[in-house]
Amino acid sequence: MNQALEPLVYTELLQLYAEYTATVDAGNWDGWPEFFTEDCVYKLQPRENHERGLPLATLHFHSKGMLQDRVYGIRETLFHDPYYQRHVVSLPRVLAVDRGRWFLEANYAVFRTKLGEISTVFNVGRYLDEVVRVDGALKFASRFCIYDSEMIPNAIIYPI
Amino acid sequence: MNDAPITLPSSPGWPGDGVHRVPYWVYTDPDTYRRELERFYYAGHWCYIGLEAEIPHPGDFRRSVVGERSVIMVRTQDGGVRVLENVCAHRGAQFCRERQGNRKEFVCPYHQWAYDLEGKLRGIPYRRGIRQDGQLNGGMPADFQMEGRGLTSLKVAVRGGVVFASFDHSLESFEDYLGPTILSYFDRVFDGRKLKILGYNRQRIPGNWKLMQENIKDPYHPGLLHSWFVTFGLWRADSKTSLKMDPHKRHAAMIGVRSVGKPAGDVVSGVTSYKADMSLRDPRQLDIVPEEWWKGPTAVMLTLFPSLIIQQQVNSLSMRHIQPRGPGVFDFVWTHFAFEDDSDEMIQRRLLQANLFGPSGYVSADDGEVIEFSQMGFQEKPDQQCLLEMGGHDSEEATNIASETLIRGMYQYWRRVMGV
Ligand code: FES
Ligand SMILES: [Fe+2]
Repeated sequence: MNQALEPLVYTELLQLYAEYTATVDAGNWDGWPEFFTEDCVYKLQPRENHERGLPLATLHFHSKGMLQDRVYGIRETLFHDPYYQRHVVSLPRVLAVDRGRWFLEANYAVFRTKLGEISTVFNVGRYLDEVVRVDGALKFASRFCIYDSEMIPNAIIYPI
Repeated sequence: MNDAPITLPSSPGWPGDGVHRVPYWVYTDPDTYRRELERFYYAGHWCYIGLEAEIPHPGDFRRSVVGERSVIMVRTQDGGVRVLENVCAHRGAQFCRERQGNRKEFVCPYHQWAYDLEGKLRGIPYRRGIRQDGQLNGGMPADFQMEGRGLTSLKVAVRGGVVFASFDHSLESFEDYLGPTILSYFDRVFDGRKLKILGYNRQRIPGNWKLMQENIKDPYHPGLLHSWFVTFGLWRADSKTSLKMDPHKRHAAMIGVRSVGKPAGDVVSGVTSYKADMSLRDPRQLDIVPEEWWKGPTAVMLTLFPSLIIQQQVNSLSMRHIQPRGPGVFDFVWTHFAFEDDSDEMIQRRLLQANLFGPSGYVSADDGEVIEFSQMGFQEKPDQQCLLEMGGHDSEEATNIASETLIRGMYQYWRRVMGV
């Protein structure tokens, strides 16, 4: 099951993480679903639910189509106070490599800055990821954002 | 982010004798807030604690709150449910720090006073003193009684698997508290089927706690603020609606039947949130399957004053617990649930439809946002007033969405209890 990780692949994975972060921090919402496979799973989930095996997630998407629906929601339907978000993401730790699938984990902290306000810690947790190669490019087959933060400061609108 | 907002000096006084004007200070004044805790949360009212399914086995416990007070919901050895205040009888330590777990007894870490699951005091270290040179020194006085020195135990009501409690032991029965109409909608969901916990969401909303009650007593906004509701007909002007209350008008039910098909022009004319061309790329998020127990309505939103909202909106079900933390902020804790006998498909459906709700939900994230905006407005001008005249000045039951009657009803009750 556990195969060696090629250094070049790790470099590619780093690139994937860096591009993802840059995309969601830049507010390039259309770019966000492109990091995923067609039948991906994306979850934003409180740590309590994750650790106790409770399936509810704050956001739970089962396809790239649902991510695109979310993008439409952010842009057209979800009324919200605009904010900047800034992710700081650790180097990914490789948990397993299995026939073209990479299982990784990385810590993240997201800071939120609202107009005219100081920056605050918004959401802190870790990514649990499964990465595959589709037509030569690395994509997330699943990305679970498991957050420690016990309280969401009102709302999370943009993708973590 | 939770620094107490600076409140300008206010002159609490009610404008006129109706309830179609609500002064902003009811959302900002710290004295009013303290009195609300005393009169609504700590006396005279049943407050939501949790679901029995969260503590299935003897010794299981889970923490909750009544108003700002920490309590523990516990399953006793005989299978009953107790709600105990999380304050040690010795010197007040909030001894239980875990969110949940299983215990044979509760022991306060400070001086290890031990309590059984009923909250009775069972052990005090060195109660009889310490033996030194053949003599017992110190300890509690000889006439000290453990009896009656336990944890504060709340009055408990369990119905259909839902646990409520009150510090007020003279309180009427839970059934009388809800009244027959609201009770029938409560029983519609909690008809004895075993519940299955799907999980939790927690958000801290910088607004007064009453704003969340009002939000779910306000059928006027969903068809305007929430594009998903308007566009997919889940709640809009042409939906069959009825607005019901208990005799005191503190609790309410907003009952709706989903509109299918395209809305007529006047239903959505000028409604910018209506998106005629909106369609989902993945419609599984709105794969609605009617359930027999709905008995007609596709949505029933219950507001149980002061602390709970029960949501049934199509296939998604949740308990939303209002936990006040000061005049300008409350925590909002969501417990989504299903039924034990649900098929896997139904559980998946409930989980996917949960994308509409909670702190990121398509129709709930913006509720928290607008509550925050309201609070910002209130803090600047405590003496200004909300205008609540949709549907008239009275607070009778109604059958259309262009009505603020349920909010007026709530303030009628509020004024009586608060004496303003
Ligand atoms: S404060 Fe709890 S035992 Fe002393
Ligand atoms: Fe709403």
